[in-house]
Amino acid sequence: MAQHHDHGHGHDHDHHEEHEQLKVLGFWIFVVTDCVLFGTLFATYAVMMNSFAGGPTGQELFQLPGVIASTFILLTSSFTSGLAVLAMNKGNVKQLIAWLAVTGLLGLSFVVLEVTEFMHLISEGATMGTSGYWSAFYTLVGTHGLHVTLGLFWMTALIFQLKRRGITAVTRRKITNLSLYWHFLDVVWIFLFTVVYLMGVM
Amino acid sequence: MWENIKDFASTFFVTGDPLIYGADVSIVLSMVAIVFVLTKYKKWGWLWREWLTTVDHKRIGIMYLIASLLMLFRGGVDALLMRLQLAFPNVEFLNSEHYNAIFTTHGTIMILFMAMPMMFALFNMVVPLQLGARDVAYPFLNALSFWLFMLGAMLFNLSFVIGGSPDAGWLSYPPLSQNEFSPGPGQNFYIWGIQISGIGSLATGINFIVTILKMRAPGMKLSKMPLFSWSVLSSCIMIIFAFPILTVTLALLFLDRFAGAHFFTMDGGGNPMMYLNLIWMWGHPEVYIVVVPAFGIFSEIVATFSRKKIFGYKSMVWAMMIIAVVSFFTWAHHFFTMGTSASVIAFFAISTMVVGIPTGVKVFNWLFTMYRGRISFKQPMLWTIAFIPCFVIGGATGVMLAVAPADYQYHNSYFLVAHFHQVLIGGVVFGYLAGIYYWWPKLFGFKLDEKLGKWGFWFWNIGFYVCFMPQYALGFMGMTRRYYTYGWDRGWADMNLVSTVGAFMMGIGFIFQVWQIAYSIKHGERDTTGDPWNGRTLEWSIPSPAPFYNFAVVPQVKEMDDWWATKEAKANGTYKEQPAKLEPIHMPKNSGIPFIMANFWFLVGFGFTFGWVWMAVIGFIGVFACMWARSFQYDTDYYVPVEEVRRTEASLGRVV
Amino acid sequence: MSGGKMLRHIQFWILAVLGTVLLTGCGSEYLVLNPKGPVAETQYNLIIISTILVAVIIVPVIALTAFIVYRYRDTPGNKATYKPEWAHSTTLEVIWWIIPIVIVALLGYFTVRDIYLLKENPNKEVAPMTIQVTALDWKWMFTYPEQNIATVNHLEIPAGVPIRFQVSADAPMNSFWVPELGGQIYAMAGMATELYLQADEPGTFAGFSSNFSGEGFAKMQFNVVAKPKEEFDNWVKEVKGTTPAMTKADYEELRKPGVTDKFTYSAFPEGMFEEIVAKYGHGHDMDYVMEKLPAPAGDKSSNETSQNTQQKTESHNMPGMNHSSMNH
Repeated sequence: MAQHHDHGHGHDHDHHEEHEQLKVLGFWIFVVTDCVLFGTLFATYAVMMNSFAGGPTGQELFQLPGVIASTFILLTSSFTSGLAVLAMNKGNVKQLIAWLAVTGLLGLSFVVLEVTEFMHLISEGATMGTSGYWSAFYTLVGTHGLHVTLGLFWMTALIFQLKRRGITAVTRRKITNLSLYWHFLDVVWIFLFTVVYLMGVM
Repeated sequence: MWENIKDFASTFFVTGDPLIYGADVSIVLSMVAIVFVLTKYKKWGWLWREWLTTVDHKRIGIMYLIASLLMLFRGGVDALLMRLQLAFPNVEFLNSEHYNAIFTTHGTIMILFMAMPMMFALFNMVVPLQLGARDVAYPFLNALSFWLFMLGAMLFNLSFVIGGSPDAGWLSYPPLSQNEFSPGPGQNFYIWGIQISGIGSLATGINFIVTILKMRAPGMKLSKMPLFSWSVLSSCIMIIFAFPILTVTLALLFLDRFAGAHFFTMDGGGNPMMYLNLIWMWGHPEVYIVVVPAFGIFSEIVATFSRKKIFGYKSMVWAMMIIAVVSFFTWAHHFFTMGTSASVIAFFAISTMVVGIPTGVKVFNWLFTMYRGRISFKQPMLWTIAFIPCFVIGGATGVMLAVAPADYQYHNSYFLVAHFHQVLIGGVVFGYLAGIYYWWPKLFGFKLDEKLGKWGFWFWNIGFYVCFMPQYALGFMGMTRRYYTYGWDRGWADMNLVSTVGAFMMGIGFIFQVWQIAYSIKHGERDTTGDPWNGRTLEWSIPSPAPFYNFAVVPQVKEMDDWWATKEAKANGTYKEQPAKLEPIHMPKNSGIPFIMANFWFLVGFGFTFGWVWMAVIGFIGVFACMWARSFQYDTDYYVPVEEVRRTEASLGRVV
Repeated sequence: MSGGKMLRHIQFWILAVLGTVLLTGCGSEYLVLNPKGPVAETQYNLIIISTILVAVIIVPVIALTAFIVYRYRDTPGNKATYKPEWAHSTTLEVIWWIIPIVIVALLGYFTVRDIYLLKENPNKEVAPMTIQVTALDWKWMFTYPEQNIATVNHLEIPAGVPIRFQVSADAPMNSFWVPELGGQIYAMAGMATELYLQADEPGTFAGFSSNFSGEGFAKMQFNVVAKPKEEFDNWVKEVKGTTPAMTKADYEELRKPGVTDKFTYSAFPEGMFEEIVAKYGHGHDMDYVMEKLPAPAGDKSSNETSQNTQQKTESHNMPGMNHSSMNH
């Protein structure tokens, strides 16, 4: 049915702009669904908040300094991803790539810190199977961590694409979505930090 | 070595039941036949180019339709097996385990792998045409959604012959669905089959919201949009809020089973009640997700076949939007009997009854659309007229179920079974069938034979009442759902036998419909006008079957039923022909990535089902590689030159 | 006409209608429609009221459908009005927004009234007797804390005495249902739900397992035998004298998945039910279970208030969570 023809056309550009706008809207809706996903995980965590089944509690095991450090790292990365968008709006590819790289490195250190924390907790005897509480903890925090990790891969892919193609309607839209995603994860983390860690040690 | 293989095979394949051996043989035979035919007629390339890689919403719609009809067949066979077992007391046709597996797969398949794809089939077949668009907002994502659904459904159905079917009920309540009580891969098939197709459904929800909000033809304000599209919008809004909950719920259940987590276990601080809450937070909106589009279909059909404008358009829109919102606040009525506090029960009882208000309003509006109209009894209209009394009774028993203290008596009894079948068959199935009959000519270029269709219609309808009315009575007699057998002493025998007869009548109705399709492919009345029903909306302004780009020229909409208004104006001689100006048409390119990626998801699901992590890892890597590859693809669309558009239109008998 | 009389009157007509619908009338096999106790009676009345209220909609709508479909059919020479553009009437639409609202409001009133009613002892004049129900795979165990006896797969109760059932499970979730006496309640591990039932007259009533729990689920049916008070007391004495006592080992045997016969035991290990409930709870949660379970008879009101305050302090919005023992 669909025979393929390649045609260069004058109004190519408008169509692209329009299409890219469409994709930003779709991404916003995706973020809404992701909100519902995290909302459900938070609700689960709230129900499991005291289900320690005789095992260790969060209060006993959490080490706040590390978590506060990762909070600052993620907040900073959110800021640098904002700087990346500013660079993009100025049309400066090099700066854009540089800020993305900084954001990515910060994100990577966040993930490393999280893995370290998990390893510490497991060595203290708190695993997924220890109790309902720890199941909920690993699932909620881990899902966020997984989102950050996926974001890192995405960022890497975009850096390659920017190098090859520069700032076009398509890459612009991709960067916009990526930064939206990144800010969203930051907001989720703030909730997570408050509900899981701060309220956990209180 | 040989012993090991034998051991493995005896647990891997389901053995010991003649029914299943029969299924094995027929599956192998049909696979061989398909491969043979494709090879003999050199159709592999065609299959790949035209179907497996297509991003055309109409073709995707057709594939959804075929899949859903196959699933209707499988779910229907399950139903007939159950009815055979219950036809008489003390029947030993199926044993308990087999019966449990069958009602589980019947429910899961009918809702998730029959109703959902049939709904998506109609979304895909109709919405872009009705909006005057060339495709959905994200054609690539649309294809991906389909293939995720398809591979999820295949994974689920595989459990019939490999590993064993799930048998803990269609919603798999823990603790029963935990390892302790349901060891083996059955439950994992359930989790991954639904999980994979669920991701596809979520993506479809996003896709059609954006399509409806952004892709309407110029001039089509939301207030002039056809009601079917409104119903799709309402349904998709529910999808995007409900499906993430399902994703999480299934993931948590899987973690319980796979990683020893304690979300819904009895011990370790787990809370099975949380599962009931979560699954119904998705599950209740889910039934409105499937029924609201049916409302939209009826609205289109009732106006067309009464040759009259839809009555109370605004009320209709409001009613659907209210249903979408209220549907999220009724979930606990599925477990009034949990012993929750009185105030919680009262809240959910009232909220459930409230759903009846907008629904009732819609019924009156349909009736008054017919009032002072001219009703012709073509197949789509027949199903619509049959729907009204059926759904009114089903809705009324629903309101009765919402009366919580009375629900303590109805709950989990055949009264409940009769109720939800009445709304799901009388509402959803009748609605989708009406829609399929209505839009069939647009997709395929010919009508489905009226005479055979009427046989099917009457068998379905009479069969329905014969099957389900006795079940209300059985509920009052204390018959609990999911009993695989019962004794003579209860007095349940007569009603059960009648019910079985009714079920088989519906089965005969289905056979008539299959015959009807087969017959009509050759002998069906060809649709040469593109407007076989004297329709009102834009999809009827283009030729049937619609060309791949849908509209040669994007229509300019002025009125609510724009095509009707155009026809009126032409008849009055007040129509001003706009000089059509053809432009090259921007279209998406086909892509094999959705198909390949869904297959990798299948590997993920299959691997986790059997606990083969290595296979799941391969699957994840494949999924990831597909996403990576897609991200680097920039050459994703093309232009259809004016010349080709002109040629295509001419071949369809249209001069542009 | 007094309210009660009117209701009875309406009942008669509805029965007549239901009778036609159900083909065979309300024979004794229609357990739900033959209430044998106050709880089932309340529910039966609600069924009648709600049937009437929905019939007020159903009957006219179906009649109207038939009329319209016939009147406005598309045949040559049909003289009925044809107004293809008539698509709006505020008056009409207001009417059919209001009709269902009124019906829902009426129905809502009766519903809410009885929801609260059924949480309480249905017979204020007699102190309730407690029986503990445990759903096992796939059998029902009944323990009588006041008499210290136990039965499996059959239940004996005194007629005319409200029974306060405490229902739990040591197996997948089930539901405890005796339709002639009243509606069901879930049996769930790790918590005890509460249900009042009373048989007005002596008799034998069918009991069902009503939530699917696996392979032997269909075999989990039991009979409830209601006897006059003295006869019941005699039966208890007889049980005490003639049957063995249940030991922990017996219970462990019962717990194993399988279908069994009826059993009767002259005693059961003390606090066994509380232990079953607490088994899946832990630590401080147990206090709550203990505190709630052996509630002294007649001290219903204080129990009720504690329930209510707990409800208010609940932070979760998921129903069904508030009585969970794991939820502090």
